[in-house]
Amino acid sequence: MDLAQANHAPKPYLKGRSALDWLAALLLSAGGLFALAQYGQYMDDYEQAILLAAIPTFIALAWAWAGLRNLLAGVALLSLGGIELYHADLARAEQAFLLKYFLSSQTAIGWMCFLFFFATATYWLGLLARSDFAEKTGTVLTWAATVMGTTGLLVRWYESYLIGPDIGHIPISNLYEVFVLFSLITALLYLHYERHYATRRLGAFVLIVISAAVAFTLWYTFSRGAHEIQPLVPALQSYWMKIHVPANFIGYGAFALAAMIGVAWLLAERGILATRLPSLVMMEDVMYKAIAIGFAFFTIATILGALWAAEAWGTYWQWDPKETWALIVWLNYAAWLHLRLTKGLRGAVLAWWAVVGLLVTTFAFLGVNMFLSGLHSYGAL
Amino acid sequence: MNRTYSRQLYEMLSSMRFAVSLLTVLAIASIIGTVLKQNEPYNNYLNQFGQFWFPVFEAIGLYSVYHASWFLAILAFLVVSTSLCIIRQSPGMVREMKSFRTGAREASLRQFAHQHTTQTALTHTEAERVVTTYLAAQGYKSKSKAQADGLLIAAKAGSWNRMGYMLAHGAIVMICIGGLLDGDLPLKVEMLLGNKQVTSLDKPFAQIGPESRLGPDHWSYRGNVFLPEGKRGNIAVLNVKDGALLQELPFLITLKQFHIEHYSTGMPKRFASDIVITNPKTGAEIERTIEVNKPFEYMGVSLYQASFEDGGSKLKLKAHSLLPGSTKVFDAETEVGGSLQLKQGEEPLRVEVTGFRPFNVENMSQPTPTDSEKNTLAMLNRHLGSGAKSPDSKDLKNVGPSFSYKLRDAAGQAREYNNYMVPVTQEGRSFFMTGMRETQADGFRYLRLPADENDKLDTWFALRAILTTPKEHALIARRFAATAMSGEGVSDTMRARLADTAERTLHLYAERGFESLGKFINDTVPEAEREKAADVFVRVLQGSTWEAWQLLRERQKLKPLEMTTTRADFVRDTVNSISDSFHYGSPVYLELDQFEEIKASVIQATRSPGKNGVYLGCALLVAGVFFMLYVRERRLFVLLKDSGEVLLALSSNRKTLDTDGEFARHQETITTLLNHGPRTS
Ligand code: HEM
Repeated sequence: MDLAQANHAPKPYLKGRSALDWLAALLLSAGGLFALAQYGQYMDDYEQAILLAAIPTFIALAWAWAGLRNLLAGVALLSLGGIELYHADLARAEQAFLLKYFLSSQTAIGWMCFLFFFATATYWLGLLARSDFAEKTGTVLTWAATVMGTTGLLVRWYESYLIGPDIGHIPISNLYEVFVLFSLITALLYLHYERHYATRRLGAFVLIVISAAVAFTLWYTFSRGAHEIQPLVPALQSYWMKIHVPANFIGYGAFALAAMIGVAWLLAERGILATRLPSLVMMEDVMYKAIAIGFAFFTIATILGALWAAEAWGTYWQWDPKETWALIVWLNYAAWLHLRLTKGLRGAVLAWWAVVGLLVTTFAFLGVNMFLSGLHSYGAL
Repeated sequence: MNRTYSRQLYEMLSSMRFAVSLLTVLAIASIIGTVLKQNEPYNNYLNQFGQFWFPVFEAIGLYSVYHASWFLAILAFLVVSTSLCIIRQSPGMVREMKSFRTGAREASLRQFAHQHTTQTALTHTEAERVVTTYLAAQGYKSKSKAQADGLLIAAKAGSWNRMGYMLAHGAIVMICIGGLLDGDLPLKVEMLLGNKQVTSLDKPFAQIGPESRLGPDHWSYRGNVFLPEGKRGNIAVLNVKDGALLQELPFLITLKQFHIEHYSTGMPKRFASDIVITNPKTGAEIERTIEVNKPFEYMGVSLYQASFEDGGSKLKLKAHSLLPGSTKVFDAETEVGGSLQLKQGEEPLRVEVTGFRPFNVENMSQPTPTDSEKNTLAMLNRHLGSGAKSPDSKDLKNVGPSFSYKLRDAAGQAREYNNYMVPVTQEGRSFFMTGMRETQADGFRYLRLPADENDKLDTWFALRAILTTPKEHALIARRFAATAMSGEGVSDTMRARLADTAERTLHLYAERGFESLGKFINDTVPEAEREKAADVFVRVLQGSTWEAWQLLRERQKLKPLEMTTTRADFVRDTVNSISDSFHYGSPVYLELDQFEEIKASVIQATRSPGKNGVYLGCALLVAGVFFMLYVRERRLFVLLKDSGEVLLALSSNRKTLDTDGEFARHQETITTLLNHGPRTS
C-alpha cells in the first residue's frame, strides 16, 4: 500500500477508538434507550426523536473530547445519585446528608459558585506566579465546577417534577436558571479552547466573566429569592424554548469569552502581562473562533426565536425590544466579521470592538429586561 | 443618466461602506424604538412630550418607528444594496470556485505567506502521482499543468466557502423582502392612495363604513377578534396609528367556551378557546381548541390565543346607602361593561362596571423575621437543599370573587372601586375589603369593613346608621354613662357630665369621624394633653358603639350580648372603619350578591404570505453562515521544477492558525513523500 495512503489518509473514524470511548458509547446508548423505554410514553414524537438523536450526538462529542466524556460520566453519576437519594420525596433534601450538603440542586449550584471563584483565584495565581501547577489546578477546578453546576441543573429538573407533575420543566426558563447555564457554557467553551490551543494562560481572564455571572447569581438568590422553582406560564410552555434558550446562551457565552480575550489582548499589547500571556496572534485567533461560533449559534437562536414568536404571538418579527436588541447584537458581530474577513483587519480595533460587543450583548441579555418593557416578560429583574 | 454616473451609483450602492452606513442608521433607529414605547395611545405621548414636541415626533414617526416610511425605505435600500453586492461579487466568486489557478507563476507563488522549497529525485509523473494521491486523500481536488520550466500541480479545497457568501447574502435579501411584504407596507400604500381611513371605533362595527374596512382577500394583516362566550364574529380589529381598521375574515368564528386554568400559586397555567369555524360558502364547520403556543391555520389565516377579557359577566348587586342615618338597601342588576344610574343625595351618579374576577389569589403571610436570619451561616443553610423551597414563607389563599367599577359624578369625575364578595381573614378577624383610588396611577386604598358573627355586613351597616343619626346620640350617651359608671359611689352629676361628653363626641364623630374629633382636640386641648384626650375619646366611642349595638338588639328583641375579646375587636374595627368610611368618596357601598361569569377570548388573526420566503431565507442563512465560517477555502500549489527543485505554497481566504498548522503538516508529508518516494509499508 502506498505510504501516501497508509499514513496520511484520514483514519477510519471507528478505528482507533479507545476502550473508554466504547464504554462511553455503550453507556450513553443504554441510558438513552432506557429513558425511551421508561418515559417514552410521556413524550411526543419530537421529544422521542430528539432523545434518539441526542445519543449519537453525545457519543460524537464524547469521542471528540475526552474531557467532555469525563464530564458526562461525572454528571451522570452525581445526578443519578442525587435523584436516587430523593426517594421521590422533596423533604429528603433536608434530611439526607448527601443531598443537603452536596447534591440537592441549590447546594450543587452553590458548590459550582464556590469552585468557579476558587478556579479564578487559582488561574490568577498561576498567571502571576508563572506556576504551571496552579494553572493545572485551575483547569481541574473549572471542570469540577462544571460538573457540579450541570448536576445542580439536572437535579433541579427532577425536583421540579417532584413539586408536581404539571410543574416540572427543564430548568432554563428563568433568569436565575439561565445564568447558571451561561456560566457552564462559557466555562465549557473556554475549556475547549484551552485544550485546542494548549494554553492555560487565558483562564484568568475568561474566569472573571464567569465569576461575575456567578456573583450575580448569588446576589439574585440571596436578595431576591430567585432560585425558587416556578411553574411555567402558558407562553413559555413550548418546545421552542428548550432549543432557543440554549442556542442563545452558546452565543452569549462565546461573545463573553471573546470579549475577555479582547481585554487580555489589549493589556498584552500595552506590555502588561505581555510575557505571561499567549502571543497576540494566538489571542486574535481565539477571539475570531469564539465570535464565529457565537455568531453562528446566535443566528440560529434568533431564527428559532422568530419561529417561536410566530407560534406564540402570531408573528415572527414584531420589533419587540428583545428582538430588536438581538438584531443589533447580530449586526454588531456581522460587522466585526466583515472587518476581519473581508477587510483583513486585525489588532486593537477588533479587540476593542469585541469588548464593546460584550456591553451590547449584556444590554440585550439583561438591560432589556431591566429597563425596557416588552413581551419578553421572561425573567424580569 | 450619464453612463459614468450610473456606474458610480451602482458602485456606491453595492459597496460595503454604503451597506454598513445603512445598517448603522437602522441600528440606531431600532434603539430609539426600543427606548420609546411604541404604539401607545397618542394621548400618552402628548402628556410625555408636550404640545410642542408631540407633533414633531409624530411627523418623523417616532411613535411607530418600525413602520415609519423612512425606516422601510432604509430596509428597501438595504435589499437593493445587498442584491447589487451579490450581483457584483458573484460572477467573480463562481469563476474562483471553478478555477484551479493553474496559471500561477513561480514569482507570485514566492509571495505567499506559506511556502517551502525542497528537492526531489522523482520524475514529474511519479511525483505528480504521489502528490495528487496524497492531496486527494486530504480532500483536495487538483489539476496539473505543464509550465515553461516544470509542472504545476494546483489543488484546492473548501470552495463551498464562496457558495456560503451567496447563500447568506441572498438569504438576507429574501428575508427582508418577505418581511416587508408581511409588514404593513401594502396597507401603507393603500392608505396613501386615499382608499382607507382609520376609525376610532366609537360605534358598532355594523355602522362602520367601507372606507375603514379591509376585505377578506387583503394581502397581509394582524388583528384581534374579540369574542364573548357563545358569540360569533368575523371581524378583526387592526390597530393603525391612533385608530383602527376593520379586517373582514374569510370565515366566521364562534367561541363555545374559554378555559383558564391556574397553578396553586395563582399563576396562569393554561388559556384555551374552544372555537367553531364556519366556512360561509360551504357552511362546513370545524371545531378546534386553540391555546397559547398552539395556533390553528385555516384558509391562509392563522388564529392564535392572544388574551382574554371579561365578556360581560352578569352581576347582581346590593347597594347599601352610606348617607347619614340611612339603612336603605336596594337591588340592582348589571353586567361588566354596563352601567347603572344612582340617585343618592343631591347628585346623580353613574356606576360603570369595569371588571369582574371570579377569584383572587393573594399572599396572606405576614413577614416574620426570625433570629436565625441575622446569622450568615443560618442564612446560607436556608439556601441549601432543593430549589422547591421558598425563601420566604408564603401563604397563598383564594380570597374569592371581586368586581371593580367607576363611580362618575355629574361633572364627569370618576373614582374607581374594587370590592371583594366574601370576607378575608386578617389577624384572625374577618373583613370585607373595598378599595378606592382617585386615579389609575394610584394603588387601591382598602377600607376594611368588619364582618359580623354571621359573616355579614348587616351589623356594621346598622351601627353606622344609628351612630350617624344625631337624634339617637343622647340615648346612646346616657346608656354609655350608666354602664361606664355603674358603681355606687358615682354621683348622678358625674354620670350626666360623662353622658354629655359622650354625646358631644358622637356628634363630632358623626360629622367626619376621627377627622372632626382631631380638629376639635387641636382647637381646644393644650398640646401636652392631646394624646390623653384622644385616648379618652376613642374609649368613649368604643363604649358608645357597644351600647348602640346592645340598643339595636333590644329593639330587635334579641338577648343582650356578653362582652368577649372577639366582640371587643369587632367594636374597635367598627369604630375605625366607620371613621374611614367618611373618606370613602361614595354615598353607597355596592355589595356583590350573585354573579354569572361570562368570559371572552381575544383571538389574533394573522395572514402573512411572506412567511414561507422568510423561513426559507432563514434556512439558507444558517447554511450560508456555516459555509462561510467553517469551510475554509485553501489552495495548495506544488511546482515541480525541471531542476528537481520543488516549491510548495498554500493560500487561504481564512487566515487563522489552523492554516499554519495545516501547511506545516502538508509540507512535512509532501517533502517526505518526494524524498523517499512511494513505498509499500
Ligand atoms: C444585512 C446585512 C449583511 C449581513 C448581516 C452580512 C453578513 C455577513 C457575514 C456574517 C459574512 C461572513 C464573513 C465572511 O465570511 O466573510 C459576510 C461576508 C461578506 N459580506 Fe456581508 N452581510 C451583509 C451585507 C453585505 C453587503 C450589503 C455586502 C456588499 C457590499 C456584503 C459583502 C460581503 C462580502 C464581500 C463578504 C465576504 C465573502 C467572502 O469573501 O467570503 N455584505 N457578510
